[in-house]
Amino acid sequence: MRPADYDDGTAAAGPVGPGASVTAPRLGPVEWLRFAWRQLTSMRTALLLLLLLAIAAVPGSLVPQRSSDPNGVVQYFADNPDLAPVLDSFQMFDVYTSVWFSAIYLLLFVSLIGCIIPRTKHHLEALRARPPKTPARLSRLSAYTERELADAGPAGGDAEAAIASAAAALGKAGYRVERYDQRGAPSVSAERGYLRETGNLVFHTALVGVLVAVAIGGGFGFSGQRVIVEGQSFVNTLAAYDSFNPGRFFDDGRLTPYRLTLDELDAVYETENTDALGQPIDFTAHVTIDGPDGANERDVKVNEPLYEYGTDVYLLGNGYAPTITVRDPDGEVVFTDSVPFLPQTANLTSIGVVKVPDGLSEQIGLVGFFYPTQDVLSTGAYTSTYPDLVYPVLTLNVYSGDLGIDDGTPRSVYQLDTSGMEQLTGGQTGVDSVELMPGESTELPNGLGTVEFESASPDAASDDFSQSVARFASFDVHHDPSQVWVLVFALLILGGLLLSLFVPRRRVWVKAVTRPDGRVVLEYAGLARGDDPGLERAVEEFADRHAGPVSSRAEAASGPENPST
Amino acid sequence: MTLDEISIIAVYSAMAVYAIAFIAYAIDLARRSAASAQATDAAAAGIAENADLGDASGREPVLQGAAASAPAATAGSADGTPSSTPPAGRGAGRRGAGAGAAPSVDYGRSPSLRVAVAMTVIAWALHLAATVLRGIAASRVPWANMYEFALTGTLVITTVFLVVLLIAKTDLRFLGTFVTGLVLVLLGVATVNFYVSVVPLPPALQSVWLVIHVFVATSAVGFFALGFALSVVQLMQSRRESIAATADSVKKSFLATLPDSTALENLAYRVNIVGFILWTFTLMAGAIWAEKAWGRYWGWDTKEVWTFIIWVVYAGYIHARATRGWRGSRSAWLAIIGFSAVLFNFTVVNLFFKGLHAYSGL
Ligand code: HEM
Repeated sequence: MRPADYDDGTAAAGPVGPGASVTAPRLGPVEWLRFAWRQLTSMRTALLLLLLLAIAAVPGSLVPQRSSDPNGVVQYFADNPDLAPVLDSFQMFDVYTSVWFSAIYLLLFVSLIGCIIPRTKHHLEALRARPPKTPARLSRLSAYTERELADAGPAGGDAEAAIASAAAALGKAGYRVERYDQRGAPSVSAERGYLRETGNLVFHTALVGVLVAVAIGGGFGFSGQRVIVEGQSFVNTLAAYDSFNPGRFFDDGRLTPYRLTLDELDAVYETENTDALGQPIDFTAHVTIDGPDGANERDVKVNEPLYEYGTDVYLLGNGYAPTITVRDPDGEVVFTDSVPFLPQTANLTSIGVVKVPDGLSEQIGLVGFFYPTQDVLSTGAYTSTYPDLVYPVLTLNVYSGDLGIDDGTPRSVYQLDTSGMEQLTGGQTGVDSVELMPGESTELPNGLGTVEFESASPDAASDDFSQSVARFASFDVHHDPSQVWVLVFALLILGGLLLSLFVPRRRVWVKAVTRPDGRVVLEYAGLARGDDPGLERAVEEFADRHAGPVSSRAEAASGPENPST
Repeated sequence: MTLDEISIIAVYSAMAVYAIAFIAYAIDLARRSAASAQATDAAAAGIAENADLGDASGREPVLQGAAASAPAATAGSADGTPSSTPPAGRGAGRRGAGAGAAPSVDYGRSPSLRVAVAMTVIAWALHLAATVLRGIAASRVPWANMYEFALTGTLVITTVFLVVLLIAKTDLRFLGTFVTGLVLVLLGVATVNFYVSVVPLPPALQSVWLVIHVFVATSAVGFFALGFALSVVQLMQSRRESIAATADSVKKSFLATLPDSTALENLAYRVNIVGFILWTFTLMAGAIWAEKAWGRYWGWDTKEVWTFIIWVVYAGYIHARATRGWRGSRSAWLAIIGFSAVLFNFTVVNLFFKGLHAYSGL
């Protein structure tokens, strides 16, 4: 059962009678419900909701979204302090989870389900039904041809035999056939292309499948991020992640505690093509996975994630992690670590923060810039001109005072809250910023101690910095059990679509009619259900195969008239 | 001279030949208008003559068609003799209603049209050479930045057009003006504004999915472009059909030599559903690639949003074709909106919207 306002183009042109839903004069509550349901599951509503869905998706591309671009949202608020809160109240920064967007697609899917169920029932019945009775006047159908039985070579003989052979041929061609004999006119009725409707139903059902898989399956997964410096490792447990987003139904007992060690991060940059100097060519993270199955060396690349122990590991970013060591005036190490610096530009000018809470007379914080290949702009500012380590320079501004971490407030390791601190170098202090190359160290101001930029390759030649700074990789680790289901439903969508758009659904009839003048004529007719460009040709070809091409006599009778200008 | 330089020369040569083809197609359209005007005048003369003879039911085909609302021939000919298609069946009746209201004119052979198609084939060959050379110069598939998308995309549009010309039973050469015009404009914009020299692929693009996803997307665009053109002509035709009975001048239009609006609608539908299936595949392949590259298969990134919007609009188009009251002109508008969104997605979204798909190369 198609919706009442379904139109496959075969319906009679001309005024259509008012739908039953419109005429009912007085409606009780049940009728109202039925009326509303019929409206909701009509083609027109489905169409309207589809178009609404398309329109509703637009704003999410105009305004940054919290889900895909959280920093963009912050920036948007800063740039449009008046407009942003208004937009926010309409959930414009969360369009795809907003009430209105959800309402549209949920209604659409209710409509869809309301549409699929009766149609599936109807289709299952149709699959078992006999092809319909042969219409009385086949010549009125759009695809029609006829052959004289007397001329019909292969199908010659008597009418009965001709129809029997037509039925056999149609059956072989994949039609379901049924013999009907009306008033001495034997005929065969045949139908094919049930797969068209099957495909359509599979398609629509699989759409629901995708939605359900995403909605439910997503709840069982998680995603976590972790930054690892070369030589370091991390164990796949909740606490080890820098950030972790579990699904609603996620159970952390299901994490396999394997150890992932970043042995080395290879970054290759273009060196020859002058149009693309410094453009990244390849990033490969060489890692060791150590878990229940033993230790295995593996590679993770962009576009080539690693699938291990039910998790997918992606290489999403990388950068430099200069090793910085701070000592107190006595030379005791109070801080040493390879600190990931976040890249800001294509040439990897990067920013990082060091916090030294203990061991010195005051808490200090260092805000640093790292330039893998440092150069000086005409303004005097530093910049990096190449992303690889050619002339690495680290500059640090020193702050002393309260780091604001003693009260246990969580603070980003990439940001320094300088509100309770005094700046000791750089800016307006009149003291030059600390500036170091790998292997160098210098005094901190106010006799606080010393800071060293340790080289990761202390034994290299003095002008070879290529290995002097460790790199870090940022990994995303995911588990999404719905993925497989989404893929399966997506394939069903595609398959269903192909069937439903390209399998012709048609009925074909062959009837042997005795004309008033005593001639026996084989009539061939076809009826398309839905778009079927090949129908006329198919009927013609079948007739040709069954009874031979049109005889010259018939040709003269039905051939195109010649213009007689 | 580098391969890329040769490629550019080939692009410019292709553009020159496309321009010649465009002019030839345009001349053909002008001749069609003239032919319909002639037919209309001839028919009018015929009526006058018949009226003189006191026999209005004789040879007065064109205007008979114009007045009759009964199912008439699919294609009346210049002298008005109805063709032999049996006016039976509901489909034919529907079609006949259109043809009956606005007679069509037999247009015969057109030398300019044959020149135009020949030029299109030559331009296509140059265009193909340009694209292949660009690919060889870059040692990868030639569709990794805006310039290359445009280069390959327009090549696919022409290819689809030529293939459809080969296989379609209806003569669709009249679409050449649109196709060569569009290709010319896009190629012009691409070479002038989007050109970038050959650079290596960034790691994010190093994937088989670049080959599959982007190529299928461009092919879909090729079909959508043709479907768009057909829908536009369909709308013009159906407008003509609805007013032809009253306004004589509209009959003197090239449209009279083209298929009727229902035939155009069916053609547009067939082309558009091929595009739609390719687009569905594009969307899915994109999701698989996004999963590999970014660790999630769908994240409502701007480019994903627009791919989705286009998909939904064309789904709406297919639905509209099956919805009472929406078949015909209204659904055609949806196809037109769909293709506008495709163009928007390729230009404005690529250039001005922020997102992960920052691969315009500009
Ligand atoms: C999630 C929303 C929907 C989407 C994305 C969608 C998409 C599509 C697509 C792409 C087609 C063409 C392919 C085919 O024939 O199988 C189609 C056809 C069809 N859809 Fe939907 N649909 C949706 C909802 C609905 C609803 C709610 C109904 C019922 C009211 C419906 C009824 C139909 C019918 C009857 C056809 C056959 C059209 C024909 O014969 O040409 N669809 N749909």
